[in-house]
Amino acid sequence: MIYQLNANVRDFGETIHKLSGVDVSTCYQCGKCTAGCPVVMEMAHTPNQIMRLIQIGLKEEVLNSPTPWLCASCETCTTRCPKEVDIARIMDTLRILAVKEGYRCKEPNVLKFNEIFLDSIKKNGRLGETQLAMAFNLKTMNLFKDMSLGHKLFKKGKISFAGDKINGKEAVKAIFERSKGFLDKGER
Amino acid sequence: MVYGYYPGCSSHGTALELDISTKKVCAKLGLTLEEVMDWNCCGASPAHATSEELSLALPFRNLALAEKQGLKSIMSTCSACYNRLKMVDETVRKSQETSDRISEIVGEPYNKTLKVIHFLDLLSKEFGVEKIKENVVKPLSDVKAVSYYGCLLTRPPEFVSVDPDPENPTIMEGIVEALGAESPDWSHKTECCGASLALSRTDVVVRLSGEILKSARFADADCIIVACPLCYANLDMRQTQIASRHGVDYNLPILFISELVGIALGIGYEDLGIDKHMVSATDLLKKKGLI
Repeated sequence: MIYQLNANVRDFGETIHKLSGVDVSTCYQCGKCTAGCPVVMEMAHTPNQIMRLIQIGLKEEVLNSPTPWLCASCETCTTRCPKEVDIARIMDTLRILAVKEGYRCKEPNVLKFNEIFLDSIKKNGRLGETQLAMAFNLKTMNLFKDMSLGHKLFKKGKISFAGDKINGKEAVKAIFERSKGFLDKGER
Repeated sequence: MVYGYYPGCSSHGTALELDISTKKVCAKLGLTLEEVMDWNCCGASPAHATSEELSLALPFRNLALAEKQGLKSIMSTCSACYNRLKMVDETVRKSQETSDRISEIVGEPYNKTLKVIHFLDLLSKEFGVEKIKENVVKPLSDVKAVSYYGCLLTRPPEFVSVDPDPENPTIMEGIVEALGAESPDWSHKTECCGASLALSRTDVVVRLSGEILKSARFADADCIIVACPLCYANLDMRQTQIASRHGVDYNLPILFISELVGIALGIGYEDLGIDKHMVSATDLLKKKGLI
């Protein structure tokens, strides 16, 4: 693929640096992150390609990429990077930034899963696994996903339609309302 | 000795037996667990993928509550909960500014007096492998159990510290061998099961977990020992789907470390909740003369 670079190639990398505290410019493309990534065969851009695209300022390409949404947050890349680039943290930063700037998520089910998961905590203070699975199936129009598994879990007493609710659920709700996203610059 | 206990959401759902067996084993070993009152979910991966502040604030509330309750430690049985609690504890220890900001969001102070540990730390470092050995009444001889760590128990090593070696941890093998079982080396002990993609990209989880089962079978294992309810859910619950996808029914029991210790301590099979597994461990335990 041929990319057109603009004059301010460093701008995007600097934005990412400010938001995440991670300096991607030190990446020398050894590919160790990609070699150890368990989800790499599903990715349109490999992790080292994402690092390179950030370095050369191709913001659109990066924020439209499904790669950050496929990242399983297993931290293998971060653990192994010889330049101590926290790649998993970059993936978090890209997900947060893409949503904030209104990019259409290329792995919509991952985004939906995250939203439903957090809604459950915001409402009850804890995650209800049963409600999570049911709401996810409803929202993705895949009502019978894992149906036979659900039946088996029910027989083992592992399905709870009511779910846990904590006394401090208002306190947890307030945490959601006060959390802005990124920490302010300098707080890290 | 009293330890703060943070069960985590899965312990009240798909991993009921983890909660049951942990409590039984601790009681038997004389380790007193005191549950953190009114604990909330740690936020897991969806929180850190959505908001940095939220991902720090949710675990922070649990640390603050545990401290307020007078606890000196907080022990988690889940890799993800442990990882998040430890990450936040380390982050606020390093930066007072972040600590103040998150404390303001949560509306509670945290004075950083807690020791954040995982159940493996409790068994191996607090209680001690030698003492576990002394308490074994049913040695698990002739059992070949591979130890599976997955991702978040050892990564990233700057923050989490169950084992100093993130590539080849051995803390779990130490415990398994103290019970009299064999815990052979194998290729997939720190490979990812795909945890956070369990519902959204089940196909990826089925592939990754299938590779782990295949590798365990290759190592001639009787079962896989886990220390996390998410690893457990993917490896145990998805085996039927893995069988139809890979064309091989591994039928490999997945046991929590708490359950394995419980068996060796002579606690009853049903008292540990081992009857709640999707892949039954009954045949294996009978064959080895353990039940």
